[in-house]
Amino acid sequence: MTEPLLALDDLHTYFYTDNGVARAVDGVSFTVNAGETVGVVGESGCGKSVTALSILRLVRPPGRIEPESQIRFEGKDLMKLDERAMQQVRGNRIAMVFQEPMTALNPVFTVGDQIAEVARIHAGMSRRAAWQKAVEMLAAVGMPAPEQRASEYPHQLSGGMRQRVVIAMALVMNPALIIADEPTTALDVTIQAQILELLADLTKRLGTAVLLITHDLGVVAENCARVIVMYAGEVVEEADTSTLFSHAHHPYTEGLLGAMPRVGGEAERLATIPGTVPPPTAWPTGCRFRDRCRYAWDRCEREHPPLYQLEGQHVSRCHLAEEPERRAHPHPPLAAELGAA
Amino acid sequence: MPSLDARSQSFSALLLARTLRDPRSRVALVVLSVVVLAALFAPVLAPYDPSAQLDIVRLKSLAPSLAHPFGTDPYSRDVLSRVLYGARVSLSIAFAAVALSVSFGVLVGVVAGYVGGVVDAVLMRLVDAALAIPRLLLIIAVVALWGSVSVTALTILIAGVTWFAVSRLVRAETLTVRDRDYVVAARALGVSPWRIVLRHVLPNVVGPGIVSATLAVGSVILLEAGLSYLGIGVRPPTASWGSIIQDGAERVSDLWWLTVFPGLAIVITVFACNALGDALRDALDPRQLPLSVSEEFAQKT
Repeated sequence: MTEPLLALDDLHTYFYTDNGVARAVDGVSFTVNAGETVGVVGESGCGKSVTALSILRLVRPPGRIEPESQIRFEGKDLMKLDERAMQQVRGNRIAMVFQEPMTALNPVFTVGDQIAEVARIHAGMSRRAAWQKAVEMLAAVGMPAPEQRASEYPHQLSGGMRQRVVIAMALVMNPALIIADEPTTALDVTIQAQILELLADLTKRLGTAVLLITHDLGVVAENCARVIVMYAGEVVEEADTSTLFSHAHHPYTEGLLGAMPRVGGEAERLATIPGTVPPPTAWPTGCRFRDRCRYAWDRCEREHPPLYQLEGQHVSRCHLAEEPERRAHPHPPLAAELGAA
Repeated sequence: MPSLDARSQSFSALLLARTLRDPRSRVALVVLSVVVLAALFAPVLAPYDPSAQLDIVRLKSLAPSLAHPFGTDPYSRDVLSRVLYGARVSLSIAFAAVALSVSFGVLVGVVAGYVGGVVDAVLMRLVDAALAIPRLLLIIAVVALWGSVSVTALTILIAGVTWFAVSRLVRAETLTVRDRDYVVAARALGVSPWRIVLRHVLPNVVGPGIVSATLAVGSVILLEAGLSYLGIGVRPPTASWGSIIQDGAERVSDLWWLTVFPGLAIVITVFACNALGDALRDALDPRQLPLSVSEEFAQKT
C-alpha cells in the first residue's frame, strides 16, 4: 500500500493556561490519502479546529504541539521542519479555507491583490503575472465578471462570493491538501450547497485531498468518502461514510445521527445529546463520554476505552465493542439526570 | 449594475468621504489650510522683517493700527509679522514632532502587540514607567541638563515624550487585529511574519494612530508654546507663538496685543486640529458605518 498523503500519529496539542493544561487534542491519529475527501465531525470544543491548526503548525502560545506528536505529510515529518520550511508548505502544499469569509479577508486590500499575494510569495510571480493568475482563479471559482471583481474590496462582495475568493486563494498553488474548517457554516443554506459543490468539483478535477471539518453530518454524507468522529480531543469513531450512517457504533455518533433533522420524518422535537463537552482542562477519567452516554456502566468509569477494531476499517472507542449485549439496556445518562434535578 | 460603481471605493476613500461629510471637519480643514498657507507664505504676507527693530524710539509698543494690524512690541517689532513667522516655527515643530512620535509609537506598538510575550511585557512596562512622569517635567529635566536646545533638538525631545501614548493605543489595536481570521489566514497561506506585520497588521491599526496624531498636533503646539513661555523652548530672537506670548507676558495689562494675537492663533489652530481629530475618530467608529458598508452586509446575507 502506498504511503498516505497525510498521517497524524498521536497528535497532542495542549494549551498551558492559568486554569491548568487544556488538552485540546489528546492523541489523535488518522490518515488522509491523496485525492481523498475525509470528514471530521464533532461538537464545538471537541478539538476539530485545533487539529486543523496543528497540521499547519499554526498553534500560538500558550498552545503547544507536544513533541511526541508526528505529522507526516508527503513523506516529511512537519514537526521537524523549521519555520521557513513550514512557510513553504503553508498555502503551497497545504492550504486552508476558513469558516468565516467575512473576516478571513483583509478589509484594506482588493481581493485580487490578496489572491495575487499567494502567487507572488510561493511562485515568485511578478505583480502583473500574479494579478492575471488572480483573475484566472476568480474565473475558476465561478466569479462573474472576474476582472472587475478582482479590483473590489471584500466589503463589496456578498458572503458567498467572499467564500469563493477564499477558495480561490487556497487553490492558487494547486496544493495537495486543503483543510476546510467549517467552510459553509457562516453561509445561507442555498449558498452552502453551491460552495460545497464548487469545492468538490474543483478538488476532484485537480486531484486535491480535502480534510473537511464540520459539525454538519449532512455535509459529510454528501461530500466525504470517510468520516472521523472526534469527541473531547480524541478520535472516537472512524468509518467509511455509508458504514457510519448505517452502522454507527459509538454512542456519541449515534447521538449525532439522532440529532439530525430528516426530511419526511415525524414532526417531533429533534433529539439532543444531553449535557455538553466537558472542559478540556479536566477530561473525565475512563471514557470521556460516559456522563452523556445512555449505556455507560461501571467499566466506563474505570477504564479508558482504546480504539476497538470492528469490521474492516471501522474503529470505535467504546467498550460496547467487547460487551455488545449492553446496548440492549439503555438508561438515562447521568448528564440528563443532573439536568433534570 | 449601476450600484457597482457607487460602491467601488476603497476603505480609505470611504473614510475620507465620511470625514468630509462632517461639517466640523470641513470647517477645521479650511481653518488649518489657512493657517498652513499663512505659515508657508509668511515671507510674502508679512509686512516687515519679524526680528527687525523698526524704530526703537518712535515705533515701540504701538497699539494695533492700519500700519501694524497686530501692533508692535517694546522692541518696535511688528507683531503680525512675528505671528506669521512664528507659525512656521510652531507648526513645523508640531508636525515634525507628531510625525516622529506617531511613527515610533506605531512601530513599538505593533512590535509589542504582534510579537507579544517577553518583548511586549518589557516594552509596555517601560512605556508605563515613562507615562507616569509628567512630560513637561521630563522635558525640563533634559533641557536643564543640556543648557539650551536647538529647534531640531526640541522637536526630537517633544516626540520623545509623546510617543508612549501612541504606542499603547496601537498595541491594543494590534492585539485585536493579530487574532483576526485574515491574519491567521495569511499565516496559513505561508506569508512571512514581516510581510504579515507590514501588509496585514499595519494598515489595519494606523486608523487610531492617525486620529491620535491629529489630536496630538494640537497638544504639541500647546506643549511647545508652554516650553517657550517658560523660556526653555525656542530662543529669542526666533519667534514662535509661545515665545511671542512670553515676550508680552509681563505687560498683559497695557500691551494686550502682544499676547492676545499669538494666543488666538494657538487657540484657533488647536481647536481646528481637535475638531478634525474628533471627526476622523467618528468616521472610524464602526458603529457609525453608513448603509454602504454594514447594512449592506445584512441586506445581502
